[in-house]
Amino acid sequence: MKDQRTPLVEMKNISISFGGIHAVDNASVDLYPGEVVALLGHNGAGKSTLIKILSGAYKRDAGEILINGEAADINNPRDAKKYGIETIYQTLAVADNVDAAANLYLGRELRTPWGTLDDVAMEAKAREVMGRLNPNFQRFKEPVKALSGGQRQSVAIARAILFDARILIMDEPTAALGPQETAQVGDLIKQLKREGIGIFLISHDIHDVFDLADRVSVMKNGQVVGQARTEDVTKDEVLGMIIMGKVPPKAIPGPGAMQVA
Amino acid sequence: MADITQGNTQGAQANRARTADENPVKRFFRATEIDTRLLGMVGALVIIWIGFQIMTGGLFLTPRNLWNLTVQTSSVAVMATGMVLIIVTRNIDLSVGSVLGFCGMVMGVMQVKFLPQYLGLEHPAIWIITLLSGIAVGAAIGALQGSIVAFLNVPAFIVTLGGLLVWRGATWFVTSGQTVAPMNTTFRLMGGGTEGSIGATASWIVGILACIAIVAAILNSRKQRKRFRFPLRPVWAEYFLAILGCILVLGAITVANSYYWPTNIARKYADANGIAWPEGGLQISHGIAIPVLVAIAVGIVMTFIATRLRFGRYVFALGGNPEAAELAGIKTRWVTVKIFTLMGILCAIAAAISTARLNAATNAQGELDELYTIAAAVIGGTSLAGGVGTIAGAMIGALVMQSLQSGMVLLGIDSPFQRIVVGVVLVVAVWLDTIYRARAK
Repeated sequence: MKDQRTPLVEMKNISISFGGIHAVDNASVDLYPGEVVALLGHNGAGKSTLIKILSGAYKRDAGEILINGEAADINNPRDAKKYGIETIYQTLAVADNVDAAANLYLGRELRTPWGTLDDVAMEAKAREVMGRLNPNFQRFKEPVKALSGGQRQSVAIARAILFDARILIMDEPTAALGPQETAQVGDLIKQLKREGIGIFLISHDIHDVFDLADRVSVMKNGQVVGQARTEDVTKDEVLGMIIMGKVPPKAIPGPGAMQVA
Repeated sequence: MADITQGNTQGAQANRARTADENPVKRFFRATEIDTRLLGMVGALVIIWIGFQIMTGGLFLTPRNLWNLTVQTSSVAVMATGMVLIIVTRNIDLSVGSVLGFCGMVMGVMQVKFLPQYLGLEHPAIWIITLLSGIAVGAAIGALQGSIVAFLNVPAFIVTLGGLLVWRGATWFVTSGQTVAPMNTTFRLMGGGTEGSIGATASWIVGILACIAIVAAILNSRKQRKRFRFPLRPVWAEYFLAILGCILVLGAITVANSYYWPTNIARKYADANGIAWPEGGLQISHGIAIPVLVAIAVGIVMTFIATRLRFGRYVFALGGNPEAAELAGIKTRWVTVKIFTLMGILCAIAAAISTARLNAATNAQGELDELYTIAAAVIGGTSLAGGVGTIAGAMIGALVMQSLQSGMVLLGIDSPFQRIVVGVVLVVAVWLDTIYRARAK
């Protein structure tokens, strides 16, 4: 079952601690092109922390990150973006007081030959991308604060896919959404996957992600319990991994697996 | 809001449908895209002006008083443009008055004691060297304070509260408390007065250039919107805005040109230039004062920085959500340092205006200016919660503050009571703003 291709991302033996607490302890995960890997675990299991190391928001204490088999030096969000890693944060991380186009291009603004902001071009591109994601969206002139949860979500997603991401990290992408919008995000993930983008999908709720994911990695207390292909395990078995750290027979155990006597 | 219910229809149809069920006033504001908040502030200013005009029995709305009002406003208005960016990023700068004092004193010593030793008195380059050195000192102070805020994580309130004391003390040390005077004659032009105004002809030229700029800006924005097929403003709205803008500009020029030189100065001028003294006196227009031109130029440059440059975009994003700005890869600390540096530069420009106007650099220069500057920004709609504010609003805020003071002087109100009124107005203005924002949500 081992994939022979070079993984898009390999995070090896990552550790980070905050004030003596091991938020992530010797965790390893990988991701192949066109693959969706769900990262599951309770709140506080260390999933978001692990993924924030990949997106440059936190600095790891130990371990290494390989992108396409080569060691990557990621110290801040700008570095991560250089490697084509885009992140949609749980908190959405949008600037509420500026409009959708400004948020889409935040940190990577288009500029005219005179060095000024090319707002018109940015808005035009924003209209194009948003039109693909959410055809009903018309409120380009208003600050993001005025938008609904789903619309803000579309802005956050549009920002991530605008710059030809190769690796997409989605932290609880459907937490703020209604059923219809959740389905839209599901369709979007399938579409991005077909384009060969690797996606990390983080959730504490297995039902959100089980049908979308190719593989699951389960974390508990900062350690990886184990990983498995979704076709090899049932939802109940994965729940067992999340809750008790019990690794089913077809899964590969990690350092956090419950020791079987 | 209308567009939630109609969000499913296509854009153009939604627009048409929306226009139909709006009343004419709403439609007018939407078509012209006039900022109703800014309009409200202008309305408040007009009410204050008319009120004082009635109370003073016609002394307030005279060309002379309005001209003086603009000159007195310019120093605080210059600093208020920078204070907007500071407050937008959820910081505060309490040191601007002291930095003004220090920069003013440095510039005073430069032009009166230091440079004349090497260049001789009244050398034509003295004023510019003085101004540039003042700006360098202001920038250095701002950069220092900004770095402490950004890299050492000391709250801006404390850093600049310290700065308030430090730079006021430093001002004293430059000359051991002595006042430096008089200023270089060229430098003094920056303070306004009869000499420091550009006269009628030049004022009309400035006015006409401003009108051309207004029309060009409207045409350019229309062209840009057409290029990407965005909704256009109705043609009548474009005409309305262009005509309104030109009327305001030319009206202001007319007022400035209707303020003539005082008789004795005009007579001296006539004698010196061999002009025969005409029947009924010689009427020479002041035109726009140089400090006012400086303030307007600063306002335009700062608006450009805040709205057209990437730096300005970062300032607002940082104020709206610091975490999001950081995650988007913005170097937030550097942005903070740059904002404070800019503030220091503006303090130096304000110091040049106020020392030139006073024709002296004193220890007490700029005392309490920090409060007037912050008040101007806040009255002008800058939110202390961060993320919201406009340069134009802050400048109007400065004009509101100065109008109140000037009007109270004309009414003969004592200076302690003036402070009470200004303090109360500040609190009431922020309270009204809070109500406005709560309703806007």
